[in-house]
Amino acid sequence: MKRAAIILSLFAASPALADSVMPPAELAYSQLPDAKQEAQATALMKTLRCLVCQGQSIADSDAEMAGDMRALVRSRIAAGETPDQVRHWLIERYGNWVTYDPPLDRLTWPLWALPAVLIAIGAWLARGRFKKRKR
Amino acid sequence: MKLRTVRLVLWAPLILFLIFVATFATGLIKPESKIIPSKMVGKPLPQFALPPGAPGITGLSSADFAQGEPRLLNVFASWCVPCAAEAPQLTQLAEAGVKIDAIAIRDRPEDVAGFLQRWGNPYQRIGSDTQSSVQIAMGSAGVPETFVVDGKGIIRHQHIGEIRPEDVPAILAAVKGAR
Repeated sequence: MKRAAIILSLFAASPALADSVMPPAELAYSQLPDAKQEAQATALMKTLRCLVCQGQSIADSDAEMAGDMRALVRSRIAAGETPDQVRHWLIERYGNWVTYDPPLDRLTWPLWALPAVLIAIGAWLARGRFKKRKR
Repeated sequence: MKLRTVRLVLWAPLILFLIFVATFATGLIKPESKIIPSKMVGKPLPQFALPPGAPGITGLSSADFAQGEPRLLNVFASWCVPCAAEAPQLTQLAEAGVKIDAIAIRDRPEDVAGFLQRWGNPYQRIGSDTQSSVQIAMGSAGVPETFVVDGKGIIRHQHIGEIRPEDVPAILAAVKGAR
């Protein structure tokens, strides 16, 4: 009896995080007719971060807002904008946070510098080793 | 190599390991903030013109701002639970003389009408944004969010999440500051 009540109450409970009842935007789940533009849009969508699901790109996410962002990317690409222009437009609104391909700036330069520094340290260590062998 | 350098090198892996542990531990204990502030604060409101969000109410366009007086722009939806939670605070702000307009995200006019009937209508105008396009243009990452727009149409302040009773003085101060 108690179990039945619990199961029944589960059916009655509504989720706290609701979604709208509106259908997804037209370009959220349908491709652009121009294959080249669609390829550009898809490549861009894979590098844009979903704002509500945060760990996913908008290409991977089924969140409504990700769908609306896909529609926005596709319509802007179809209108003749380049992927870089669309990315820049979004960065202007949400900051570098929104892109998985962050630009080189004051905060991100160590990402590019670190591999070079590590290779230099490795070379220096290796040099020490080779010198010893020769003796 | 000298004995002392060898000893130091032997410690290196342990030190690296501890740095790794510290990095992951801080990530686990204090996860990354989920709040994404809009970069549009301090910039003019994007151009838009939205149809009415509910029957019998005026639609909203960017021209309705920049009329010399600060206004609140509330981004909400009838399907959003915290939006209902902030309704009393919006009513309180409207009663204090703050002019409030709204954008209804991914909403149907009949649903917005039901929401207003149930929770009250503090809004002067409501625009309907069925594909979140104006929301994205404003750098808003969810519902509810509230923007303070000054008399020149510049976005002055963004409040993310529902307006709680304790947030009302700060919003009032932001509106006053935008005058």
